[in-house]
Amino acid sequence: MSDIMTAKDLNLWYDQTQALKNVNITIPEKSITAFIGPSGYGKSTFLKTLNRMNDLIPTVKIKGEVCYNGQNIYDSSVDVNELRREIGMVFQKPNPFPMSIYDNIAYGPRTHGIKSKVKLDEIVEQSLRDAAIWDEVKDRLKKNALGMSGGQQQRLCIARALAVKPKILLMDEPTSALDPISTSRIEELAIELKKSYTIVIVTHNMQQAVRISDNTAFFLLGELIEYGETEKLFSQPVDKRTEDYITGRFG
Amino acid sequence: MLSKKRKAYIGGMKAAMYISTGLTATLVIFLVAYVFIKGIPHISWELLSTKPSYISGKIGILPDILNTLYIVIATLIFVIPLGVGAAIYLTEYAKNKRLVGMIEYAAETLSGIPSIIYGLVGMLFFCQFLSFKTSLLSGSLTLVIMNLPTVMRTTQESLKTVPKSYRDGAFGLGAGKWRVIRTVVLPSCVDGVITGCILSIGRILGESAALLFTAGFAHALNGIFEGLTSPGASLTVALYVYAKEQGEFGVAFAIAAILMILTLLINLSATLVSRYFAKKREL
Ligand SMILES: Nc1ncnc2c1ncn2[C@@H]1O[C@H](COP(=O)(O)OP(=O)(O)O)[C@@H](O)[C@H]1O
Ligand SMILES: [Mg+2]
Repeated sequence: MSDIMTAKDLNLWYDQTQALKNVNITIPEKSITAFIGPSGYGKSTFLKTLNRMNDLIPTVKIKGEVCYNGQNIYDSSVDVNELRREIGMVFQKPNPFPMSIYDNIAYGPRTHGIKSKVKLDEIVEQSLRDAAIWDEVKDRLKKNALGMSGGQQQRLCIARALAVKPKILLMDEPTSALDPISTSRIEELAIELKKSYTIVIVTHNMQQAVRISDNTAFFLLGELIEYGETEKLFSQPVDKRTEDYITGRFG
Repeated sequence: MLSKKRKAYIGGMKAAMYISTGLTATLVIFLVAYVFIKGIPHISWELLSTKPSYISGKIGILPDILNTLYIVIATLIFVIPLGVGAAIYLTEYAKNKRLVGMIEYAAETLSGIPSIIYGLVGMLFFCQFLSFKTSLLSGSLTLVIMNLPTVMRTTQESLKTVPKSYRDGAFGLGAGKWRVIRTVVLPSCVDGVITGCILSIGRILGESAALLFTAGFAHALNGIFEGLTSPGASLTVALYVYAKEQGEFGVAFAIAAILMILTLLINLSATLVSRYFAKKREL
């Protein structure tokens, strides 16, 4: 498997507070990479550096490199909107727009210039099918998306992200606000999606990391403590702190 | 057990509360009833549909109704784009937060200034310096300045209520800033903007001091473009003129009743608009 993203000596500050310290990581293509660690230790922050969502926070300062397909995404020549199209994001709390289900999915393609109704219809259906929610919503595409259940909303958000044909999907604790049934549906979906996409998922749930991910990265206090194959990291952790965390001794 | 003194104190406070509530309610009801009783009998189709004639000695307020309408339209045409535009810039684009804070503070202070001062400045600036003369246009522009802070502030406040998660969702799909604002932020705060504008209409309708200086007292019947460039009395100014200078209290009370009905309708529609959007959002 070839590598699709690499972070080199990445440091990040919120004002004076350093939130990421010298993070180095390489993410292989068409796999699921999980970020675990106690909350408040920089998982979301790091995830957002991967598609420059941190640009939206004025106090953020970044040093180091994040390379996507060999190009540093923090280079001034990079088109951020195009970058975010290729590296999509699903958030912790489902956040559909207050519009119809159809318009939610069509939002991304329309943003990137697709106007043809036929083409949009096709993308909407395909994205909803890929997110395993088509059958539930096909008869109410014109209904407001806010009327759906939380689990449906989150799958809708996944479909919305898929509609712009990304290469990578960043998911920030996508199931933390959902019930167990919705959670397992999203986990199944993630496993299905990794055939065609690279997935990076933050999770506070270690069973989830074990169930779905190929590689796991353990973050503590803004540092990447340990990173490797999920099975290995959970069975034979190298670092004492990793061992303490996965055996539930803190966090 | 409460002491006797304490009981008496509580009873006294309660009584005071009932009395002040009752007094306020009575005053409002009395005022409305008084104006309606004195005014409504004088409202006739003839009054509403003609202009005053010195020959027949009859008074019609059609010109004043139209002038008011022209002033409302002209003011809104300027104040909405300016106010909403300024709000978008300040909330979404401006980098210097201290400057933004200062502008917001200035806007809040501006909206507390007595309107007669706006009238004075408007007269000097629009009527004389820009030589728009005493005209509905000068009046409208003065009202634009008066209402700009409010439209701007209400729009800003509703922009701030749009959840960050909507913006994140849109940015995360690769939408540029302007597209996010236009397609996600503005639509979800439309109701705030509309409510702000409706309340502005209310204030425009009720304004008299600023218009006395800038728009004049004429009762000529004009089309909108002619009207804007000539002097004319709004309903409020006409009320003042008929009562104070011509002693026509019947007409004055008729106008008062009309203004009160309009104000009522405007407040009602503001409520309906926010209710409509609240319902739409709940979905
Ligand atoms: N917008 C922000 N401004 C300032 N500090 C922030 C901001 N977002 C996160 N932080 C801080 O950065 C640290 C890491 O947060 P985060 O990446 O959200 O952790 P995690 O996702 O692992 O729970 C925390 O200490 C948090 O307080
Ligand atoms: Mg987080």
